[in-house]
Amino acid sequence: MNILLKVEQLVTEIGAARVVDGVSFSIAAGETYALLGESGCGKSMTALSLMRLLPDGGRIAAGTVALADTDVRALPEYEMRSVRGGRMAMIFQEPMLALNPVMKVGDQIVEALALHRGLSGQPARDAARALLDAVGVPDPVRRLDSYPFELSGGLRQRMMIAMALAGEPHLLIADEPTTALDVTIQAQVLDVLRRLKAERGMGMLLITHDLGVVAENADRVGVMYAGELLEEGNRADFFATPQHPYSRMLFEALPRAGGNGRLATLPSQVPKLTEQLHGCRFVPRCPHAAQRCRQESPGWQTIGNQRVRCHFAGQLGDALPQATGEPVTSQPAMPAADLLRVDRLAVHFPIRRGLFQRTVGHVRAVDGVSFSIPAGHTLALVGESGCGKTTVGKALLRLVEPTAGTVQLAAEMLTERNLASLRRQAQMVFQDPYSSLNPRMRVADILLEGMDALKVGATAQRRDAVARLLKQVGLPDDAGGRYPHAFSGGQRQRIAIARALAVAPRLVICDEPTSALDVSVQAQILNLLKDLQAELGLAYLFITHNLAVVEYLAHEVAVMYLGRIVETGPAAEILRAPRHPYTQALIAAVPRLDGGMGHKTYLAGDQPSPLNPPSGCHFHPRCPHASAVCRQRYPEATQLGAQHRVHCHWVAGQPVQSPAA
Amino acid sequence: MQPVILWTDALVFALVAAVAGLVLFIRRHEHLCAPWAGVAKRPMAMGAALVLAVFVVIGLLDSLHYRERLPDSPPDKPQYSVEVLSAFDALVGPLRTQQEKTYSAPLAMRLYAKEFVDHDGVAVREYPRLKYGGAHLESEADRRADLVRRVLLGGAQGLAIALLLLGALAAWQARCSRQSYGEWLVAFGTGGLGWPGRTVATTLALIAIMLAVVIQLASGYHVLGTDKVGQDVLYISLKSIRTGLVIGTLTTLVTLPLAIVLGIAAGYFRGWVDDVIQYVYTVLNSIPGVLLIAAAVLIVQVYIESNPELFDTAAARADIRLLALCIIMGVTSWTGLARLLRGESLKLRTLDYVEAARAFGVSHSRIIGRHIFPNVFHLVLIAIVLDFSGLVLAEAVLSYVGVGVDPGMYSWGNMINGARLELAREPVVWWQLGAAFAFMFTLVLAANLFADGVRDAFDPRVGGRR
Repeated sequence: MNILLKVEQLVTEIGAARVVDGVSFSIAAGETYALLGESGCGKSMTALSLMRLLPDGGRIAAGTVALADTDVRALPEYEMRSVRGGRMAMIFQEPMLALNPVMKVGDQIVEALALHRGLSGQPARDAARALLDAVGVPDPVRRLDSYPFELSGGLRQRMMIAMALAGEPHLLIADEPTTALDVTIQAQVLDVLRRLKAERGMGMLLITHDLGVVAENADRVGVMYAGELLEEGNRADFFATPQHPYSRMLFEALPRAGGNGRLATLPSQVPKLTEQLHGCRFVPRCPHAAQRCRQESPGWQTIGNQRVRCHFAGQLGDALPQATGEPVTSQPAMPAADLLRVDRLAVHFPIRRGLFQRTVGHVRAVDGVSFSIPAGHTLALVGESGCGKTTVGKALLRLVEPTAGTVQLAAEMLTERNLASLRRQAQMVFQDPYSSLNPRMRVADILLEGMDALKVGATAQRRDAVARLLKQVGLPDDAGGRYPHAFSGGQRQRIAIARALAVAPRLVICDEPTSALDVSVQAQILNLLKDLQAELGLAYLFITHNLAVVEYLAHEVAVMYLGRIVETGPAAEILRAPRHPYTQALIAAVPRLDGGMGHKTYLAGDQPSPLNPPSGCHFHPRCPHASAVCRQRYPEATQLGAQHRVHCHWVAGQPVQSPAA
Repeated sequence: MQPVILWTDALVFALVAAVAGLVLFIRRHEHLCAPWAGVAKRPMAMGAALVLAVFVVIGLLDSLHYRERLPDSPPDKPQYSVEVLSAFDALVGPLRTQQEKTYSAPLAMRLYAKEFVDHDGVAVREYPRLKYGGAHLESEADRRADLVRRVLLGGAQGLAIALLLLGALAAWQARCSRQSYGEWLVAFGTGGLGWPGRTVATTLALIAIMLAVVIQLASGYHVLGTDKVGQDVLYISLKSIRTGLVIGTLTTLVTLPLAIVLGIAAGYFRGWVDDVIQYVYTVLNSIPGVLLIAAAVLIVQVYIESNPELFDTAAARADIRLLALCIIMGVTSWTGLARLLRGESLKLRTLDYVEAARAFGVSHSRIIGRHIFPNVFHLVLIAIVLDFSGLVLAEAVLSYVGVGVDPGMYSWGNMINGARLELAREPVVWWQLGAAFAFMFTLVLAANLFADGVRDAFDPRVGGRR
């Protein structure tokens, strides 16, 4: 095999921290090598070391990086400039930050072409157009003259890829290329990357934390933990028999269908790399740890085609606990009474223009949404970003004033006057635990705030309540006296949950509570939410784009598209047998662990702007089944089961079939 | 003796009382205390705090005013001098009274201008000897030896005082922590005290040595020379400290409430509140500040002159003008900070923790008090320090234009203004400018360094780094 990149015993230090510690791997031409691991494990630092683009204070302390027959570390800086972008190129996670906002994208691509291929003028523009064609940008001539802000996230990421390809690199480093994107767009972008790799015979280093992305794209996998490579192997072998306990726990922490089962969680966190580490670094979190693991750092052991660094390699049993084939979604025996009933809720944001701030139009963020949640149930609100799902959550709590519609909570109609009663009964957990806690308030004060404002319980009892809440969400007793910055992301999210629970609500609106967290921490939070639901009989409105989480937690699902619910019904039914073409596309776009790279149908294009939604069915421009009637009339609800409803002309036109069939 | 309380004295001591009350309040709350303990751990901040403390002590001493009783007034109906003195004047005594004829260089024995001097009946044009500077010496040849002796003596005295202080500190600290004397000294030497003992001791020693040397020299010479009317420049510089501190602190006191309330209100409430406040500060900003200040100072001047019965001394008149200057400078300079706070509040109000508070139905005043204000406090702190130095400097500019403090008042601005014309002179009179510069520089630098330490300690995100 033609080895393209060979990294040996790479050690990178930033200050006193060894962020990459003795990593060796190689990538062949036409091969995708995936580096997998949680945040803070040194994946990105490995990539930046290869490019020699380390942040201030970072340096490569030891090891060799050989690109074909060039020693990258030995190159002087001016020669390195032609290697970067020329022989290896990099795609970054956040396409908005990686493109210059005041330059046309065409000019940015031409800049790269001029640098690496010496093209200018019309030939450069032609080459740029060809690149945009290659990455599947529709209408490339017009797009060359767009500014980054005019492009959607998916298009921006394609522009980034086009720029990276401008120098015709042999090796493409993709650092979490799709993490910031919606699942349908992620599928499109990954498809482009796979196709390009095959066409051009590039090697690709894919850095990701998402096992699904690895399963669909990688040829070989390396698992990183705390700056070290722990396991390496072919994709098929790795997914069949992950050897290292860490790899196994990554699998077990993934949310699966299966209702009552709890997710495996990893205790504690990735160790701090500034400390002197002895023995195996995974010891504090490892269920199999023995005395030997604490003293002796394990060496590489080979098992079949896999390599693993563990003292107990091959002795930990063969297979994973397979996810049970049949989903056992826990259906509460009695359909409880509705706690929340939302009827034709609408939130329209006026657009004002001109001298007198005349209203010239409305952004229909939420456009007539109706649903209900029984007590103790979880409704998942699913959709791509920008479909209005967060606005629904905020409108329920009147953080955003609804334009129309009624909200009924525990048989009480909500109006301006009984807001306090609403706020005692419904609370919210926000997406980003870093911005949802005031950094200058101690945790106890954060928890007390709601109780004080809503006068829950006697003043004297509130201190005890804080201790009880901290215990309930699994935080140490002394946490109350500390400031939020002393806690990790997962712990912060626990504090945010405790804050919502402080006023003993019956409904908690969770706005993507795990999307900012690592998979092992996500598992902890999901378990906690499930436990709390069982213990306190909470109802959740779970706003998410992550369908795997839905499968694990939700009883019912409502799928939103452009401000409207297009399909709603029991979770198991919708996830197993989606009927609306949008729901089908959404589910098909989720990368599956079995790596079914077969013939998938990807949703083309992007979600239109809610400022000017398409006529008729909002989904028709992207729908494979669209017909004339779809363009004219918004479809009425079609009842498919007791609770399963869908808004689609195409489904309505099909012969009625019982959901059991 | 009759105590005199000027307006600015009252405000300065009210400010001191407020700070003392705040300190007591903070001491009683552990979590408020913690960041200040962090400040105490930073060597730079502690050193700067000591220097600041010296300035503040001089300023406060200079704020205790009184009028002396005239010696020949009848005992049953005492009469008082029209001159208002301060505790500081009493302390430095001869510095104030030993006035020469005109300019003399630092540590000089002769005047800086030639005069006809009578030498045994013959009028000779030469640089005459000073009345006080080096008057104790017979011949000028002894000056060098005398200076060296005084410096060495002062140094030795300062060092002795510093060592004595260190010994007392060690004894007290050792008793507090139940250590032996030696153990404490070892901890001190190795920097294992938990607070920057060595920095504090070094700074203290330096200050003590400098003070002792200056005291030794000042008893025989004009350490920083004399000005045009022969007044000791060291004395003027020291008296100017109070003016600088008053302008720096009182103006900020006027600025802060306006800037904080209006800035945060504009950013948090948006809508018409924002519009109104923005119009106000845009209008205020578009009028040249100097114009407003000149107009206000002139109005005050006219008021003083038409109501002479309200102000019995020149000091009272100068003081009311200083206060007016502080207020008008405060009213014109809040816009920058307000705009900064508005921008920051606009950003903060969209953050999730503010939304979470709104979801609990927390009132606007509480959200502003607990979520917005503490998160813009570092900006306020930085603004206070930058404004402090800026205001001290602005005073100099305004004095130059003639709308600053009263021309009779001691201030660095007036010193610089007075020195301005002499810079063209050959040989140059540099010491007035140099002294004003050195004092201003030390004060502003110490304030900046101290505030740096405070900000770092208060920012939870950099709390771990040191």
